[in-house]
Amino acid sequence: MAEVATTAVPQRVAGRLRLRGAAPLAGTVPFFAYVAIFLVIPTLVVVIGAFAGDDGGLTFANVKALTSGYIMDAFGRSILLSAVSALVGAVLGALLAYVLVTAKPRGLLRRVVTAAAGVLAQFGGVTLAFAFLATIGLSGFVTVWLKDHLNVDLYANGVWLFELPGLILVYTYFQIPLMVIVFLPALDGIRPQWREAAESLGGTTWQYWTKVAGPLLAPAFLGSALLLFANSFSAYATAAALVSQGSPIIPLQIRGALTSEVVLGQQNLGKAMALGMVVVVAVVMGLYSLLERRTAKWLA
Amino acid sequence: MAGVNARRARKQRVLRWAVLVVLGVFFLLPLAAMVEFSTRDAQTWPLLVNWPKLSGTYPDLADGIVASLEQAGLTALLMLVLLVPTAIWVRLRLPRLRRLIEFLCLLPLTIPAIVLVVGLAPVYAWVVYFLGGSSLTLVFAYTILVLPYAYRSIDAGLAAIDVKTLAEAARSLGSGWTTVIVRVVLPNIRSAVLSAAFLSVALVLGEFTIASLLNRTNLQVSIELLGKSSAGMSVAVSLTALLLAFVLLLLLSLLADRRKSIKEPA
Repeated sequence: MAEVATTAVPQRVAGRLRLRGAAPLAGTVPFFAYVAIFLVIPTLVVVIGAFAGDDGGLTFANVKALTSGYIMDAFGRSILLSAVSALVGAVLGALLAYVLVTAKPRGLLRRVVTAAAGVLAQFGGVTLAFAFLATIGLSGFVTVWLKDHLNVDLYANGVWLFELPGLILVYTYFQIPLMVIVFLPALDGIRPQWREAAESLGGTTWQYWTKVAGPLLAPAFLGSALLLFANSFSAYATAAALVSQGSPIIPLQIRGALTSEVVLGQQNLGKAMALGMVVVVAVVMGLYSLLERRTAKWLA
Repeated sequence: MAGVNARRARKQRVLRWAVLVVLGVFFLLPLAAMVEFSTRDAQTWPLLVNWPKLSGTYPDLADGIVASLEQAGLTALLMLVLLVPTAIWVRLRLPRLRRLIEFLCLLPLTIPAIVLVVGLAPVYAWVVYFLGGSSLTLVFAYTILVLPYAYRSIDAGLAAIDVKTLAEAARSLGSGWTTVIVRVVLPNIRSAVLSAAFLSVALVLGEFTIASLLNRTNLQVSIELLGKSSAGMSVAVSLTALLLAFVLLLLLSLLADRRKSIKEPA
């Protein structure tokens, strides 16, 4: 009897201890299960599928096919579109953010513009495409007005709205507000005392901007620009609604691979293109977080 | 010195107005053009506010609107059920897992929706097998899409209060974990939860990529479809959707302002 008791007790304690280690984990099971099914598996489908042949075996044919002419062209155009719209957005957005910083900190102007930027940075997709169709589409407000009043034809050299220049213009519409949102905290970190210090030592405005504020803001500016790049690189809906013929950029190529008849031996080409996009975005975001860390050093 | 400052202030004022006017025109012109474009046909707006007639004339659009509203509500709900208890639980009992949860929640930011849809296609083959092909099944994918924004909001809310002390106080008074989460912690992060829900609704109402490529309907898909047949109406609906998002996000920023002013009583 006594023997049974002495052996049973440690077992029960051990059992409860094990339970105590595992029980809290049980609370996170729904979350992890959900994320596994709808986030991790889709990601793995893309990564593994990019290296799988039609028969399921390992192959590098899909990834190799990425280097073929039309896909490389699409990647090139995607990168060009993202770079130009990020650059324009970053410069104009930084300018607007500077204007806000020099305005009254709790004034109406700043509050209205930051609230509007928050909304417009999310404003993409079909509605944005239609907004621009109503503005500078073939029968858009501005197009018609220019033709009637100034006799100017916006599209004398072809309809550029549905091509790369048009996409750059439309993307700028959500890039500038995004820049305002991400760059404003960095500008707020610049103290007026630094300018006063530079001036009391005899520095000019030019010297202040190139020697003090410029180097301090450069990592934040570059980081924000990278974020803008990733933002327009991954955008799909706006381009999809605007461009109905041809697939100039890589997200539209993926649309083609998903919706059109599959060419034999290229079942997984779409996955390889998707993987290519992820790699580009991952590299850009990696650089972004490096720069972010540098910014955080003096911003805090 | 005062002269220099006055001159700089004047220069800044000129620059401010120049930038504001130029960018203001750029940002307001498309909105004004939408108003002009959608009023070319006097019938457009009266039809849009007349729901029975609208759903008779454009059944696809009506379907899309209803589908989007249902998706938005259900996504917000599923996100809250999934994220709030997990976030609280991890803070209380499993602090080591926080980095992993954060990583998973922010992961959708680096995976473009167009990429996610490629991987989701086979998963949705199973979803259709078990639950059918209704547009409401998009809620599963949308919950993933809103995860980064919702997580940030809820995590910030939890960081602002002392979860541990609250939980210990409640536990020492004899309440169970469910009571701690639902009746003690949740009321304290009300506004964070509310803004997470608002953000989710706003994002879902604007979603196009996944719905379109998985061949399901929602507001944006039906607007795009409508654009091919009646441009005026599609622009009117676009403008309405935009204004709705504007109001939602404006409410959100007011909410954030209020939270900030509560935190800094100065």
